[in-house]
Amino acid sequence: MPDGIGTDHQRIDGRAKVTGGARYASDVMLGNVAHAWLVTSAIARGHITGMDEAAARAVPGVLEVFSHRNMHGAVAETEFFAKGGYVGSTIRPLESDRIWHDGQIVAMVVADTLEAAREAAFRLQVEYREEQPAAGFDAAGVEVKAASEGGFEDPEVGDADRAYGNAEVKIEAEYSTPTQHHNPIELFTTTAHWVGGKLELHEGSQFVHGLKNGVAAQLGIDPADVHVVSPFVGGAFGSRGSLTQRTALVAEAARRLGRPVKLVPTRDQGFTIATYRAETRQKVKLAAGRDGKLQALVHEGWEVTSRPDPYKVGGTATTARIYACPNVRTKVNLVHADRNTPGFMRSPPELPYMFALESAMDELAVALNMDPVELRRVNDTQREPIKGLPYSSRNLVGCLDAGAKAFGWERRNPAPRSMRQGEWLVGWGMATSIYPTHIGAATARVTLLPSGHARVQTAAHDVGTGAYTAIGLAAAEGLGVSLDKVAVELGDSDLPPAPVAGGSNTTASVCNVVMKACDEIRARRAQGQQGAIEVYAENVPEGLPPEAIGKLYQGRNALGGGLEGGKQAMAAFGAIFVEVRVHERTREVRVPRAVGAFAAGRIVSPRQAHSQLTGGMIWGIGAALHETTEIDHRTARYMNDNLSEYLVPVNADIQQLDVIMLDERDSQANPLGIKGIGELGNVGTNAAVANAVFHATGTRPRHLPVRIEQLLG
Amino acid sequence: MRPFSYMRADAPKADAAASFLAGGTTLLDLMKLDVLRPERVADINGLALSGVRLDAHGLHLGALARMSEVADHAEVKRHYPVVAQSLMLAASPQIRNMASLGGNVLQRTRCPYFRDTSYTACNKRNPGSGCSAIGGVNRLQAVLGTSEACIAAYPGDFAQALVVLDAEVEVQGAQGRRRMRFAELHVAPGQAPQRETTLQPGDLITGFSVPAGAWTARSLYLKVRDRESYAFALASAAVALQLEGETVREVRIALGGVATVPWRAHDAEAELRGKRLDEASATRAAAAAFASAQTHGENAFKPELGRRTLVRALLQAKQMEA
Repeated sequence: MPDGIGTDHQRIDGRAKVTGGARYASDVMLGNVAHAWLVTSAIARGHITGMDEAAARAVPGVLEVFSHRNMHGAVAETEFFAKGGYVGSTIRPLESDRIWHDGQIVAMVVADTLEAAREAAFRLQVEYREEQPAAGFDAAGVEVKAASEGGFEDPEVGDADRAYGNAEVKIEAEYSTPTQHHNPIELFTTTAHWVGGKLELHEGSQFVHGLKNGVAAQLGIDPADVHVVSPFVGGAFGSRGSLTQRTALVAEAARRLGRPVKLVPTRDQGFTIATYRAETRQKVKLAAGRDGKLQALVHEGWEVTSRPDPYKVGGTATTARIYACPNVRTKVNLVHADRNTPGFMRSPPELPYMFALESAMDELAVALNMDPVELRRVNDTQREPIKGLPYSSRNLVGCLDAGAKAFGWERRNPAPRSMRQGEWLVGWGMATSIYPTHIGAATARVTLLPSGHARVQTAAHDVGTGAYTAIGLAAAEGLGVSLDKVAVELGDSDLPPAPVAGGSNTTASVCNVVMKACDEIRARRAQGQQGAIEVYAENVPEGLPPEAIGKLYQGRNALGGGLEGGKQAMAAFGAIFVEVRVHERTREVRVPRAVGAFAAGRIVSPRQAHSQLTGGMIWGIGAALHETTEIDHRTARYMNDNLSEYLVPVNADIQQLDVIMLDERDSQANPLGIKGIGELGNVGTNAAVANAVFHATGTRPRHLPVRIEQLLG
Repeated sequence: MRPFSYMRADAPKADAAASFLAGGTTLLDLMKLDVLRPERVADINGLALSGVRLDAHGLHLGALARMSEVADHAEVKRHYPVVAQSLMLAASPQIRNMASLGGNVLQRTRCPYFRDTSYTACNKRNPGSGCSAIGGVNRLQAVLGTSEACIAAYPGDFAQALVVLDAEVEVQGAQGRRRMRFAELHVAPGQAPQRETTLQPGDLITGFSVPAGAWTARSLYLKVRDRESYAFALASAAVALQLEGETVREVRIALGGVATVPWRAHDAEAELRGKRLDEASATRAAAAAFASAQTHGENAFKPELGRRTLVRALLQAKQMEA
């Protein structure tokens, strides 16, 4: 029985992962390797005025102390990824004495052993001249700029302010979402090894071709001389998509020392040497007629970023387009502060911005005295309202129906504080989920042997999502073989390039190009070709220029699809239903059950898709109730930079979670009709939790995370 | 981490310069953070200090008994539920399997400024340097027993159970073995927050004795926290009750997550003795418990949460079948 798209199958790399056979970057141990330990800044703004290295260098086994004194000029300036470059932060540590943010790398000690490097790092004395940093929104000295100055298009249509003024029913509210850190379990490890003038890098990556080309640009070497090895990635969530600055430092140290150098930074260093989710504040105004039909939507956001880099979250690009609303005005503002540069984190625009919109929709439903599910139904549309583009497919209503039925929504008493179980107030809330469907230019090589065994080679990435299995299933279908005959090779820059594992595009991008290669193999077989057949294929999705492939080879992403461009809008949808319990006295919030119903195109690998959507919903619960990076606003420093106090849900927090995947055929999105699901599950879940808390308590939580102190009043 | 010499202790004898290593769940953690820099570490896991024993006089716990062992002990759960619950609701299964009882009561604060040596100002770590938590990130820090020098919360749970049941602690020191009231082990920060206990250098906790009492069976530990497991208390209450009908004959109350030391709430107990236990009297007791609370911004919610936690714990204890 041949396997194929839709076959329920365990992860083909699962056994290796649970037996230790899968080698992550942190597991790589090369001969004669030297160990690096980072020293990071104790201030967020100012200058290094002195560095006493004597005690550090006196530790036996220390090979070198790298700092701005001996690394100035070693790493070239490169463009911010959003401006066409590679790096997630243009702040180059060890370039000068300047400190831009808390936890900036100020030195890297390399020694024969990890213990010596660590001890020497502890003995390095760094003196600073500190300036008062601006930590964020309310601090003096921040610089506020419209995101449109950097080219962001604020979606707008009609006259939202007039329509709002004239409307019968309206709400206006302000929401906020906190700084959050990805905290993948695998730390931000890098091992660099020079062999015959060529650089080999072992680093968990979401984009090996980006890493290869980016490091080459930073070090002034030929990209052909860089080889990135990243077959397994211990979690990423966006944190390994663009380059961090530590990679080039490790590579440069290895070059100077003439031996491999391995860096395993600490958990707390991961909070400041990589990216994170930007803190936002948002203002939403909604107006509707008595029938619930939206007449005006105004959504403004403010987002914290670093001094030099204009990272934008920009979720209004989605919130402006999800409901039928003739009058929309949006604006995004960037607040530049003395912080490290934020970046992509699972559902980057949608998680914070859909929290605000879907909370506001719940507030509007209350103002209308209308069921919140009905309000979404009334405002459903098959065309996005800004440019009037048709959705390639959209079954939000099907998700609402299936989710409501499975949850038992019809038994909900709409009055807040009306449901309880013993000492616990019970609340039911819901929200819409949406994630734009992306597809990128991609390449792959597929080989079919006479034995019936096949090999798929593409530099795509399995960041824990199950990509190995999904890609294997596509090849199995394309070649008419069983999955156990298919070997899948990913995560290596010597392989034909595939896009960044971001924007939930991998399955669509890679399965379509793999299928193209398989089709070619089958055609050649039909023509009578014998022996092993190897086919290299490229796929440029509709709407992207042909040079997208060349750019991909240069490590530059070309992603198409989504809501904004082209002839159609493409997105996956979902409806999330959540039950919370809130203790009537002490106000702990717990989530005994949740249901998510999703319409996300053709599901390639159902078991891993189920896992992704479940994990996404768990993430959403954590985003609603737990996750926040605590900042000392006097010093602009992160204070809970460990897994004990940076809270995410533990097993005991997650009880019953049901995922429903609707059958959806989309012949317009891409040839295989695949939409992404990696990020869909967590969007909306945070709002559904908050809406349930309102239903339970009558208190409207507008600031994440929803913690006890918000509910004691 | 800095180099240290490691030895295995073969007898519980005083070694004033050594840090004792049992489960290692606090010591190694803080050594890796460079907060603790012992020159010598004496591993005491080989000492015969484990064991859990119940008799007519009470409950006897060896200092090297692991948290999980006592938390899962059927007789402890039945006769001293507050002890078992305080251990079960703490930390994670992995930590409970490693951490010893003796180490547990000496767990250091989780105040982030204590744990981050890049902050110079921490009176506990760096006497006389100031307190960064006042005016800083202090959501988890204390509102009872604080001083202008320190508001670091005592992080543990088990100690509240020991305080509430008037336990004794046994200590091996330079002068031999001695026993003292557990309530005298910890000292509030005052002007010297670097001194957290009355132990002398070289002193080793060898065990605990919890006296039997008519109130130990009707006892419980209620812990309110941000998530369902593996989180420090925002507020907790250890309660032991002896009732005659609905009237309180004896009551013991200790509070966690809100104080600088394991906190016995004598004023609250006085409000209840001889009274009918109901919502009103429990509320009065809770008000008394937090009468002296001092808040510092982020932790302003703690007195209210602490009062509600205590009321809930008292009414819940009243409902117990004991």
